[in-house]
Amino acid sequence: MLTNAVIFGLVAGFAVLISLLLDRKKTVQGVKKGVKMFLGIAPPFLNILILVSIVLFFIPPELIVQYLGSGSGSTGFFVAAVVGSITLIPGFISYPIAGALIDKGASYGVVAVFMTTLMMVGIVTLPLEIKYFGKKAAILRNLLNFFAALIIGLFVGLMM
Amino acid sequence: MKDFRRPIKQYIWLILFLSASMLSFVFGFNPGISISFNFWDFFVEMITFIPFLFILIGLFDVWFPKEIIEKHIGKESGVKGIFLVILLAMFQAGPLYGAFPVAYILFKKGSSIRNIFIYLGAFSSMKIPMLGIEIGYLGVEFTFLRTIISLPLFILIGYIMEKLVGKSFEVKEVEPT
Repeated sequence: MLTNAVIFGLVAGFAVLISLLLDRKKTVQGVKKGVKMFLGIAPPFLNILILVSIVLFFIPPELIVQYLGSGSGSTGFFVAAVVGSITLIPGFISYPIAGALIDKGASYGVVAVFMTTLMMVGIVTLPLEIKYFGKKAAILRNLLNFFAALIIGLFVGLMM
Repeated sequence: MKDFRRPIKQYIWLILFLSASMLSFVFGFNPGISISFNFWDFFVEMITFIPFLFILIGLFDVWFPKEIIEKHIGKESGVKGIFLVILLAMFQAGPLYGAFPVAYILFKKGSSIRNIFIYLGAFSSMKIPMLGIEIGYLGVEFTFLRTIISLPLFILIGYIMEKLVGKSFEVKEVEPT
């Protein structure tokens, strides 16, 4: 946790410094933009942290290990892929959830499947996608990405 | 006069949660106390790196506006074309459905079907702000592995899509509702 603060703090500090040396006005503009974006994302982010805090209290870690842990086999992958495909959680907000799942014993492979389907497969947004790409292309894209997510999870699981 | 109701409304859940949390401590309500500790851990984890990340994103936005890459995108084929669409995707932010209108622009500018779908793949899982937050929560190793395994698959999906949907493919403009 603290390493994160140190690494991101150092990188950000360094970037601000270089930017300052190059262009003062642009730096102020950039930092302001960043702060504004952060303040925009903060309320939904905090809400999801509240929700995760509550949900985690009710879900015993054993249950997560059993269904999403490294011993869960294809069940874990399947659960993660289906949940990830159906739900529509903004990317930024899904990472604390993924982090919490790992902390409580989910395997990296399962989390990779969950994150990838979350990002790439969208059942809820399929009607919108069909409007843009047509039925065939939209459905194909989602199907292919669904399988890609399983492959990605498999490899991440094997390599971590 | 600024409207102060909106900011307060945004934080209504936080205010309610913190009140409930305080009451839990006062009355020794154990589930409430555990949940509060959970939340505190999450909060510390978030507040120690996300603000830095956003400062980086803000600076990035100012120094490397994506319009510059957008200008160079079009009919380029081969490796250069693939490289450019991936680069463009990495500079974006937002959910996947936000990428559909950009896919339309790419289509209009003459990008190949393959590159449009490679763009979507890269957009969904290689955006720089997302990679930053992913490193923070899941570690460098996970982020690196996931990205490096995903990349060839997305390129492959681009090729497969081009084969399967064929020449009749088009991206339609959808009026925002």
